[in-house]
Amino acid sequence: MERQDQRIGLLSAVPMGAVLLISFLAPLMVIAIFSVMPQKVFSLLHLPDFSSYKLLFTQGYIKSVLWSFGMAMASTAILFVICWPLAFGMAKVFKGFGLFITIAVVITLFVSENIRLFGWVLTLMKGGLIEGHLRAWTGLTFEGALYNVPVIVFGLVYAYFPFMLFPLIQGIAMVPDDARQAAADLGASRRQIFFEVDLPLSAPGIVIGSLLSFVLAAGAMAESKLLGGQTVIVIADEIETAFTYGQNWPLGSALSVVLILIIGALSIFGINRVNLDLIMGGRRS
Amino acid sequence: MKMSKSARIALSLYGVLAILFLYLPIISVGFASVSKARYLTFPIKRYATKWYGKAVESSTVQDLLWTSLSVALLVTIISMVVGFFGALAFARYQWLFRGIFQKLILLPIFFPQAVLGLALLMWFNALGIIPTWKTAVVAHLVWISPIATLIIAIRAYSFDPSLEEAARDMGASTWIVMKEITGPLLWPGVVAAGLFAFLLSWGNFPLSLFTTGADSTLPEWLYAKMVSGYSPLVPSVGILSIVTSIVLLLAGGIIMWLVRSHNGTASPR
Repeated sequence: MERQDQRIGLLSAVPMGAVLLISFLAPLMVIAIFSVMPQKVFSLLHLPDFSSYKLLFTQGYIKSVLWSFGMAMASTAILFVICWPLAFGMAKVFKGFGLFITIAVVITLFVSENIRLFGWVLTLMKGGLIEGHLRAWTGLTFEGALYNVPVIVFGLVYAYFPFMLFPLIQGIAMVPDDARQAAADLGASRRQIFFEVDLPLSAPGIVIGSLLSFVLAAGAMAESKLLGGQTVIVIADEIETAFTYGQNWPLGSALSVVLILIIGALSIFGINRVNLDLIMGGRRS
Repeated sequence: MKMSKSARIALSLYGVLAILFLYLPIISVGFASVSKARYLTFPIKRYATKWYGKAVESSTVQDLLWTSLSVALLVTIISMVVGFFGALAFARYQWLFRGIFQKLILLPIFFPQAVLGLALLMWFNALGIIPTWKTAVVAHLVWISPIATLIIAIRAYSFDPSLEEAARDMGASTWIVMKEITGPLLWPGVVAAGLFAFLLSWGNFPLSLFTTGADSTLPEWLYAKMVSGYSPLVPSVGILSIVTSIVLLLAGGIIMWLVRSHNGTASPR
C-alpha cells in the first residue's frame, strides 16, 4: 500500500505541477532575469547591469512601496476588527442565517471587482447615490467622498472582506465550546476568554485571513485608480506604468521583484505556520 | 456560554448590515443601468431600459461575450481535470513531496494578479508567442486551478480510503479504482470546483488585462470604459454580466441539489 501511495500521489501531482512550472515559476524566472538587464531593452540577450535597482532607490519608488504596504496594513487591521464579530456569529451562533450570509458573500466574489468598485464610485461621488439623495431630501450637500487616502483604504476593506471573513470563520470553528465554557466556569471575564482562549486557539484562521488580505491589498491597483484618482500612486500602478507608458521592462521587472520578494517571504512564513490538513477539515497526520 | 437574546439580535443585525455593505455598490450600478439620462445623477428622474437594448445589439458587446465565454469554458474544463488529480495528491495519498506540493499550490493564490499577468506577458514574449484569448486561459489557470484543487480536496479529505483498498484487494486495477470508486466519490466536489472556476474566470480582470493581446474580455472592456470616462453602457453591461453569473450559480446549485437528493444515502458521511 505504502509504495502504491507514493507512486499514485506523485503521478496525480503531475498536471498541477506542470501548470505551476510552465505558467508560474517560469514567468517569475523571466522577470528576475529581466530585472538585471540594461534600461529599456526588450530581450534577454544583453549583458546584465543592475541599473534598474539603482533607479529604484534614486527615483522615489520607495514611497509607492510604503504607501502600498501602509494602506494594506491599515485595511487588514480594520478588516480583522469588523470581521471578527460576524465570523464569531457565523461559526458559533447563527444557524440557517449563517448559510444565507455565506451564499450572499460568495456571490459578490463572482462579480468582477471593478464593477463593484465602480458601484462605489456611483454611490460616493458628488451627485451619486448618497449625496444626490441627501441633497434632494434635505437640501444638505457635501463634496463627494472620493479621491483621498481613506476612501482607498475603504475600497481595500470592501474588496478583501471575504478573504478575511472565511478564514476567520474556519479558525473560530476550531475553538472548542468546552474550552470557552470551562474558562467561564473558572471565573474568566469576557476579555480574558477572548485574549486567552479565542485568540490563540483560532490563530491558524487569523494568520491565513490576515495574510491573504494583507498580501492581496499590497498588490492591488484598481482601488487606488478607480476610487483614489491620482492621490497616491501604489506600487502595482508604478509597475504597470513602467511596462506600458514607460516602455521600460527592466525597471518594471525590478519593481515586481521587490514586491514579489516581500509578498513571497510573508506568504511562505504564514503558510508554514499552519497545518493545512487540519484547517481543510482533514485528520491530523 | 449561552448568549443573551439581545446579543444574538445585535449580532444578526450586524450580519444584515454587512450584507448591505457588500451589496450597496451593486445596487447603485443597478439603478444607474436603468437611468434614461446619458449623464447620470442621483436621484434618478426618468427610468428606461434602452441602454440594455443598446448593449445587447452592440456587436462589440457580443464579441466580448464570446471571448469571455470561450476563456471561461476552457478554464473550467482544464481546472476540473487538473484539480481532480491535484486534490488526490493534496489530500488523499501520503507521498514524499506532499508537504511541499500543498504549499506550492497556495503561492499563486497569494500573488498579486496584475503582476502575475505582466510576468506571463514577458514569458510569452520570450517564447515568441503572440498573446490572444488563448494565452489568457493559461493566465487564468495559474490562479484558478489551485482554487479548484482546494475545493475538491475538501471533499477528498472526507472520504474513507478503505473503500479504495477494498476494491483493490478484490483485484481492481488502479484505473478501475479511479473510475468506479474515486471518481464518483469526488464528483460533487469536481462539479462545485467547475462552477467556481467558470465564475471566477468570467469575472476576472487583473489576469486578463495584460494577457489577452488584441482580444478583450468583458471585465477588461468595462475597466477601459470606466477609466476613460463615463459611458451609459457600462452599468447595463455590468448588470448583464452579474445576471449571467447568478443564473449559472442557481443552475449549478439546483443540479447539485438534484444529484444529492438522487444519490440519497449513497454518499459518504
